[in-house]
Amino acid sequence: MARFFAMRTFRQGIHPRYKKEATHDKAIRELHPVKRVIIPLHQHTGATCQPLVKVGDEVFEGQKIGDTSKFISAPVHASISGKVTKIDRLPHPCGTEILSVVIEAGQIVESSKLKVESRDPESIAPEEIRKTVREAGIVGLGGAAFPTHVKLTPPEGKKIDTLLVNGCECEPYITADYRTMLEKPEHVVSGAILAAKAVGAEKIIIGIEDNKPDAVERMKSVARKQKPGLVEVVKLETKYPQGGEKMLVKAALKREVPSKGLPLDVGVVVVNVGTAVAVDEAVRTGAPLIKRVVTVAGSGIKKPGNLNVRIGTTFQDVINECGGLTEDAFKIVMGGPMMGVAQSSLEVPVVKATSCILVLTRREAVEEKVYPCVKCAKCVEHCPMYLVPSRLSAFAENGKYGEFEEWGGQDCIECGGCAYVCPAKIPIVHWVKFAKFKLGKMK
Amino acid sequence: MSYLITHAPHVRDRASVPLMMQLVLIALLPAAAAGVYFFGLRALGLVATCVITAVITEYLICRIMKKESTIMDGSAAVTGLLLALCVTPSLPYFAAILGTIFAIAIGKLLFGGLGYNIFNPALVGRAFLAAAFPVHMTSWMAPLASRGVEAISSATPLALMKFEHQATSYWDLFFGRVGGCIGETSALLLLLGGLFLVGMKIINWRIPASYLGTVAALGWIFWMVDPAKYPDPLFHLLAGGLMLGAWFMATDLVTSPLTPRGMWIFGIGAGLLVVVIRLFSGLPEGVMYSILIMNAFVPLINRYTRPRILGHKK
Repeated sequence: MARFFAMRTFRQGIHPRYKKEATHDKAIRELHPVKRVIIPLHQHTGATCQPLVKVGDEVFEGQKIGDTSKFISAPVHASISGKVTKIDRLPHPCGTEILSVVIEAGQIVESSKLKVESRDPESIAPEEIRKTVREAGIVGLGGAAFPTHVKLTPPEGKKIDTLLVNGCECEPYITADYRTMLEKPEHVVSGAILAAKAVGAEKIIIGIEDNKPDAVERMKSVARKQKPGLVEVVKLETKYPQGGEKMLVKAALKREVPSKGLPLDVGVVVVNVGTAVAVDEAVRTGAPLIKRVVTVAGSGIKKPGNLNVRIGTTFQDVINECGGLTEDAFKIVMGGPMMGVAQSSLEVPVVKATSCILVLTRREAVEEKVYPCVKCAKCVEHCPMYLVPSRLSAFAENGKYGEFEEWGGQDCIECGGCAYVCPAKIPIVHWVKFAKFKLGKMK
Repeated sequence: MSYLITHAPHVRDRASVPLMMQLVLIALLPAAAAGVYFFGLRALGLVATCVITAVITEYLICRIMKKESTIMDGSAAVTGLLLALCVTPSLPYFAAILGTIFAIAIGKLLFGGLGYNIFNPALVGRAFLAAAFPVHMTSWMAPLASRGVEAISSATPLALMKFEHQATSYWDLFFGRVGGCIGETSALLLLLGGLFLVGMKIINWRIPASYLGTVAALGWIFWMVDPAKYPDPLFHLLAGGLMLGAWFMATDLVTSPLTPRGMWIFGIGAGLLVVVIRLFSGLPEGVMYSILIMNAFVPLINRYTRPRILGHKK
């Protein structure tokens, strides 16, 4: 009972089987530079970048190859040195075709050409932090890929008091953030301090689910070395979707992000642990975001693990490094099993949002028979937004978009908890996404 | 190599509609077995008749309508069993067959089948029987009569209370040594079955809690006013079809509200109706009508008890 009262969390949500055992003790290892990378010019929420290079150009590792003047966007960089061999619309792991730059490795790796602009984290001004973060192409590495410099630029008149670091990693299988917290706790904290400085927050809270007690301890030991009261580590109940921004803000601070609003409306900015490390590296070493930690897991993978992968490396190259696929590999997912996107080919690149490559076997990836809704209310009982998902799904299926909006369909965070618990196996969240997409087109 | 493409989520909980129906059948078995114990093989015959008729009716209607057969989801068997448990053990077989056909054809498939019906199909079947065979549906057998045990009474405890002011022992009510419908004799076994379903997360505890709680509270008020005229709350809880109704009929997923507040309103409303019908109408029992009436309000209840969405004004 003590546990019941002590643990902070949000109301409702689900408890899927977490299956993190296969990779949680696998230290992050470097993936050897590959011969060829595919770098999409759109790897984030917001505007697509324009290419800054043309076919035949020699590029070096870390060189900016795509950018735009739009505010909500992030530049992209070459992740290996070599020659641009193709600029074309190519398959993107989100399921569409996106203008991408293909780079093939040259003879000499001229990483020395990278313009290193390191700064002193102590004296750097908030404006400089934002500029550095933008130039480094940093986006949220938890999966949503929202440009971080936008988050670090709160609008006039919005007072931010807390920087919340998201260390929940509530999706099953994924252990990339967990390994990052164990292996680079100092970088997480110093990145968080930089982000807090950029938004003018006096307090940093690091939220971690209680199924990662060693990460909690590791982060606490680093937090203790800081100015007293600056960094607080909070243990949260292990529950999906604890890492959803609105759930995390509610759990850690008991604040409710208003409908259609952002955490900054209640004085909070949320960054993922991986993002904090990227911010720290960009400021300290001037290095742009050209690598990210990817968990490669699932029973369809021979040697699961955590890899530091260059952006643009194909799934095939990453999977080869992990012993290849098993005989019965049947479904390839980018991201976790709850919100990830199924892939039709392994010729897609790792992008900034690729937290995980999950391979499920034929036995795990069964298509189940769909029954009519029996109104069991399990989706209502578990929805972390307190919606009535079964009704929303029915409205969407019947094209009743007016009623869909009236019942709060636009508030759905698309976590998939409803479809997970549905005994009729109705793809509830898919219908909701479909209706939101349709409504978006109408406006 | 081609990979499976489906939308997220890529993992699902084990619970499924057929599994839920199987668990409901399992939860009803003890009460059904008690019915057979107290009323003999005739009760077993009626249970088998209703279940088999329900499944065959659904199969044939699906065939006629050229739709995929839905009998394997288990819901037809549940309706058949529930109907058998709420008829008198002396009901003629042909009446049982007609009632079951009515329950499945009119109560369920006419509305569109599983998930679309407004009223609990088993209770629709029972209401049909009560209207079409009023004499048969009110002739009761004494428990254990078929085994040569001396008949205590051939009327139900509720009728005895209402029309003759004669009380029945609580222990008989609890264990089921009373006259009544096949499945509504033993409060204990029904309670165990219901708690099993709550534990397995098939039904929500709010409906039985509010339903039984309201009956007990209102029954207690009347009993306090005039204990000579009105029965005490414990009698209300243990007698008649309340336990069967509260755990297995009112909690029918399809015909009960979706929202937590709606479940409370549904249970409280049904509870009020039971006490009012039992005490002030010409009928001794009101469980069936209380649930059917509240079923009609479910769409309205759902609409006006939507939960407050996170981030919306309190």
